[in-house]
This record gives sequence, C-alpha cells and structure tokens, in this order.
Amino acid sequence: MPEIVKLMQGNEACTMGALAAGLEFYAGYPITPSTEIAEMCSEELPKVGGRFIQMEDEIGSIAACIGASLTGKKSMTATSGPGFSLMQESIGYASLCEIPVVIINVQRMGPSTGMPTSPAQQDLMQARWGTHGDHAIIALAPGNVKECFELTFKAFLLSEKYRVPVIVLTDEVIGHMREKVVMPDPRTYKIPVRAMPVTPAGYKPYEADPDGGVPLMAPFGKGYRWHCTGLFHDEKGAPSGKASVAEALLHRLERKIEKNKAELVDYFAESLDDCDVAVVSFGSSAMAALSAVRKARAQGLKAGMLRIKTVWPFPDEAVRELTKTAHTIIVPEMNQGQMALEVERVVHGKAKVVKLGKVNGDLFRPEEVFEVLKEAF
Amino acid sequence: MAEQKKGYFHIIREKYCKGCGICIAFCPKQLLVLKNGKVFPERPEICIGCHMCEYRCPDFAIEVKPIVEETNNSADVEGLDYSLPPEAHHA
Amino acid sequence: MAEVLDYFRKERLPSIWCPGCGHGTVTGALIRAIDKLGLDKNNIVMVSGIGCSSRAVGYLDFDTLHTTHGRAIAFATGVKLAKPNLKVIVMTGDGDCAAIGGNHFIHAARRNIDITTIVMNNNIYGMTSGQYSPTTPHGMLGTTAPYGNVEYAFDLCELAKAAGATYVARATSYHVTLLEELIEKALQNKGFSVVEAMTQCPTYFGRKNKIGGAVELLNWIKDGTINVKAAAALPPEKREGKILIGELHRSERPEYTASYLEMTSKVQRTYNDYKGGNRGCELNSD
Repeated sequence: MPEIVKLMQGNEACTMGALAAGLEFYAGYPITPSTEIAEMCSEELPKVGGRFIQMEDEIGSIAACIGASLTGKKSMTATSGPGFSLMQESIGYASLCEIPVVIINVQRMGPSTGMPTSPAQQDLMQARWGTHGDHAIIALAPGNVKECFELTFKAFLLSEKYRVPVIVLTDEVIGHMREKVVMPDPRTYKIPVRAMPVTPAGYKPYEADPDGGVPLMAPFGKGYRWHCTGLFHDEKGAPSGKASVAEALLHRLERKIEKNKAELVDYFAESLDDCDVAVVSFGSSAMAALSAVRKARAQGLKAGMLRIKTVWPFPDEAVRELTKTAHTIIVPEMNQGQMALEVERVVHGKAKVVKLGKVNGDLFRPEEVFEVLKEAF
Repeated sequence: MAEQKKGYFHIIREKYCKGCGICIAFCPKQLLVLKNGKVFPERPEICIGCHMCEYRCPDFAIEVKPIVEETNNSADVEGLDYSLPPEAHHA
Repeated sequence: MAEVLDYFRKERLPSIWCPGCGHGTVTGALIRAIDKLGLDKNNIVMVSGIGCSSRAVGYLDFDTLHTTHGRAIAFATGVKLAKPNLKVIVMTGDGDCAAIGGNHFIHAARRNIDITTIVMNNNIYGMTSGQYSPTTPHGMLGTTAPYGNVEYAFDLCELAKAAGATYVARATSYHVTLLEELIEKALQNKGFSVVEAMTQCPTYFGRKNKIGGAVELLNWIKDGTINVKAAAALPPEKREGKILIGELHRSERPEYTASYLEMTSKVQRTYNDYKGGNRGCELNSD
C-alpha cells in the first residue's frame, strides 16, 4: 500500500494518528471543539475490534482510559479546557502509577466556559502543572494538521515507552482547519508496543533503575496480581509512608523525563544560525509567526524561527542557543505570556524577551507579528 | 477418609487480633475471653462450631476448625507465620 | 475449600483499620463468596476508590487497583470494557460511592455493566475523622454535623434499583452469613450488582453518637434492620423505621459489554475489508 493522501481537519488527523499507533480504547465526553475526535473514534474503533465509550463526564473518561490501559490496551481521551481541568486529578494518578495514556486537549478560550469556539493556547502551563504535586509529564504541540497525525502517533510511542501520560495540545484552529495530509505507508509504521515482564514469578511492579528507569508493566488478568495505588508505593507496589521511598519514587519519575530529554525534545527551526531577532512560538500562533519571519528575511532582516513541538519538557538548550546571536526573542502566543515565562527563565537576561500575547479569540495575523519583529531590530 | 468430628479448636493469630471484643460478645456459648488484650478460647470444648467469631472478626484473627482424628492440630497452628511485620504506616 | 488467608497479601496484614471496624468483616465475607464460587484468582480485578473501605484491596491477592476518590466504578468500567472476560469487583464506601462517586454509580447501573459493587456503608467519613456522609441518618452527629445532621440520607439500594442495577441487596457486618450469601449471588449476576454492606465505625460514628464501641454498634445495626422476607409478614407499623436487608431487587436486562461486543462484531462483519492501517491490535487483544 502506498502512502495515503487526504484532505482532513486536525481533529481527524489526531484520530488517524491514534488509530495508526494502534488505539484500542477511547473514553470521552462531548466538548467543543474536540468532539469530532470522539465521533470518529465511535465510528472507527468498532470496525477494528476496539472499544469506545461515552462516559458521564471527563473525570470518568480519563479514569476509564487508565483502567483500560492497565489491561494492556492503548487508550486515549480527547477534551478541551473545562474537561481538561476535570481530568487533572487522574492525570496525576496516571503519572504516579506510571500508566500510559494519551490526552488530546483541543484548546479553547478560557477561563471557565470562555469562548468555546475560539482558539487559545492558555493551557500550556496547566498541561505541565495542572495536577497537584510534582509529577512527570510530556506534552506535544502540533503546529499544523499533518503534525496532528504525527505527534498523536508519537504521543503513543512516548507514553508506552516511558509509562507516562502524554498530552497533545492542539487548539480550535488546528483542530478544525483542513489541510492536505500525507500519511506514510501503514506498513512502515513502527507501532508502539509496551514492554512487558516475562513471568509473574518474582515480579515487582515498580522495580527499575533508581536513576530514571522505567519498570515493566504487567497487564491485569495475566496472573501477575499486582497492586496499583495512588499512594506512594515501594517497588513491590505496597503503599508506603516512608520518606526514603517517597523521595526515591519522585526522583525516579523526574529523572525518567530529564534523563531522556535529548530524545524527547522536538522543534522546527528556520534561519536561526545568524538571526538577530528570534521568534519562539508553538501551535497555530507559529503559523503566522513563520510568515512574519520569512517576510522579514525577504526584506533583509535577520530574523529566525523556533517552533517548539515538544513543549514539555521544555527545550531549554535550543532556546538558550538563540542567545548566541539573537539580542531579542519575541514570543507570540494566544495567552498572556505563558511560554514567554519559560523563555525568560532559560535566557536568564542574556536576551530581551518580548511577550506578544493575544487573548481575544482571534488568530495572529502575520502582519501583527511582523510589526513587532521589525521594531525589534 | 472417614472423619469423625470430636469438637472444635480455635486458631488464634495474635498478631492480627486488635482486641475489639466482637467475637467474645457474640459467641453463643460465651467461650472466648480477652487475655492481655487478645482473644483467648477459654473453654474450646463447648464450641458448637457456628463460626460466628471467625466470620465476624474484622481482622482474620480467629478461625474455627473441627478436630478430626487424623489431623495433627498443633502442626496446623505452628504452620502459620506470626513473624510478619504489620503495615508500618497509616494514611 | 482454600484457606481464607490464601486470598490475602499476608505480609501486609494486620490492616490499618481501627479495632472493631467492620470493613474487614465485609472483606472476609467477599473472600468466602469468591472461594465458594471457585473464581480464578488471576481473572479477578478488584477496584477501589479512597477511604477506609477502599484500603481493602491492598490486602487482597488479585490484580488490585486503588484509585482516586469516587472514581472506582469509572476505572472499573474501563477495565471491564477493555477485557470483558475479567471479573471486576468494586469495593467502595458510602462517601466514595454515593457522594463524590454518585454520578459514576448511577451511570454504571444505567449501563448494567457487569461489575459487582460492594458498598461498605458506615454512615460516616472515617478516614478524615468523622464528617457526615450522604448516608448519615438525619439528626445524627458527625464532626461537621455538631448539631445533628440537617440533611437526609440516601437509600443506596433504592438509588441503585432506580438507576437500573439488575441485582440489589443489603446485609450487614452483623448478618455475616446473609452478607456472604448475597455477595455470592451478586457475583453470579451478569450485570451491575450492588450489595450494600452496613458496617460499623466505632471510632467516629459510634463514639460521636454515643452509641458505644463495635459491639454496641453491631447491636444497633441488628436492632435497626429487618429481613425483607420477615418484613413482608409484618404490619406496616412494625416495619416502620427499620432498614430492609436481604435480596431487594433482581431483574433481567442486556449487559453492557455483551451488547457492545455484539454491535462490534456486526460492524466488523460489515466492514471486514476495512483497511485503516496496520493495526497490531492482536498484540494485546484478549
């Protein structure tokens, strides 16, 4: 079978990416602007022997996904702001218990009910710090429809490999925008497969290298009879209130991401080598930003573009590199400066950071970014 | 195997017993007592084998077994591991 | 018959429960019912939420899932739908099931998903030290009802029945043989089954309400309940104020996962030429 070329919207591409990665279980609750994902899963999953359930709320949705994942099924849910808020507690549960699950958040204007049909990028920090307590998490932000396919596929790879919840942060515009997507020949997919223990004899569910190791996950119903708890637990899975056990566990979870940052970091770069002014952005804002950068280059201005695809963990090194040539970094984003905070932290005064936030439910126009860009030279 | 019931005996897991007194209060023959904060079958010979102490015990600390001739009772009791540590925390 | 303790992670006993707490009694009845039915240990998944009762699963030697507060049934729904061949049992408490988890409870009943739910109802939030719960009787005391509970209690069995559960029963930690028998029947029902196990919290409920310790509470429970069969023969005035125990409801209705799989196989027959990519589902399928 050759590659598949199709005109599709972002939500469709996310679903196709998930199906390509071997999605077997979807639980969700209707919410604009993510609903197409649920609709498509309800139609496609039964065809391939998968399961779809519309739960009574988003809390139940993520809970059902985690339950299904524990039986060895690749599970996913999709939602938007209000539903994402409701899911936070169980995202923390999946993080601590190390249960693979993929959550797609098609961002919309908030807070609260906000503007349900308008795009935003206001859940960037929530994707990182939404659940209580320090925790391990990965978040990916597609910048176009094709990447919705690719990064949702990748979300399953990372989630299964590192046993961590992975959040795909799209937004209303990318979710509903239609673009041509070229999907590779399905036979070339490297389908994610969860590493499993060989025998129940002597199985310890959380036994792993203390420096960021990933324990082997036994599916329920296969004779391993292990205990999965949101309490801090030792390597046998037994609840523990010991300081040393708690510290070791949180340390391992943090290292699991930190240690593998080189593999996780993913971004798109253009004209960065000699840029005087760099633009750092993600998602749909980056589309306008890239046009602005190209326009500036065409006019002889040394502008460069860094579009971040893996937003969490944040690509510190790539952003720090910018300060070698750039004196100013502009951060266009559809919020009041959430990514700019990270950029400021990383550049640590070595470059001027210009926050370019937009929170009116409108997309950036290339000219808007270009005006600010021009001023910066 | 022809087993002949010769009454009942009680397995007491002292490590598990919290001395709540449920088994003692509801024993129809009133044969159990509290000794040093743990249950003790004072008159096991009058036990009728209703198992109510066993079933109502919240801590799996008492079990009623019929005495059968072939059974070596003491081995049953000694076969239990009392050296297990209690769960060391309370959340 | 295997020894009851064979079903336990013995190294984790004794439990964290207070002396005289009835949760262990209910757990014991459940284990005896499982043993009696000869269910395969490797095929059982026990799911619980948060609270004293939910700690039970940690002591049991099955695949056990101790989840977030109120969500046990939602997690269990995921487990059951993903692998319908597993026996899924939820152990929950009155607060976990009826307050924070009330929504999942009624919707699982509405779907009639094959999950057996044991609700240990001690009329109070024990883990957080004695606040009133949705099943605290009107007028009784809790640490957040210092002047007596202004609210009225849920009848969990009526709730489950109205929501569509196909097996509903109630017993108590005093009526242990009845409890065991009802759990056994609940486990055999193909559908959403609820057994409310009334149990005692001597530390908070008994003390706060000056009923006494575990023994006095068990007597209080005994005196406050009446078997549904006995009640049928009594005049209404003699039944008044008494809580019914026994098998309260049983009905026949298609089970959710069976219906879902039936739909799936129909769809698959229609779309058997579907080529949505190289799936690899077979790697993890049942």
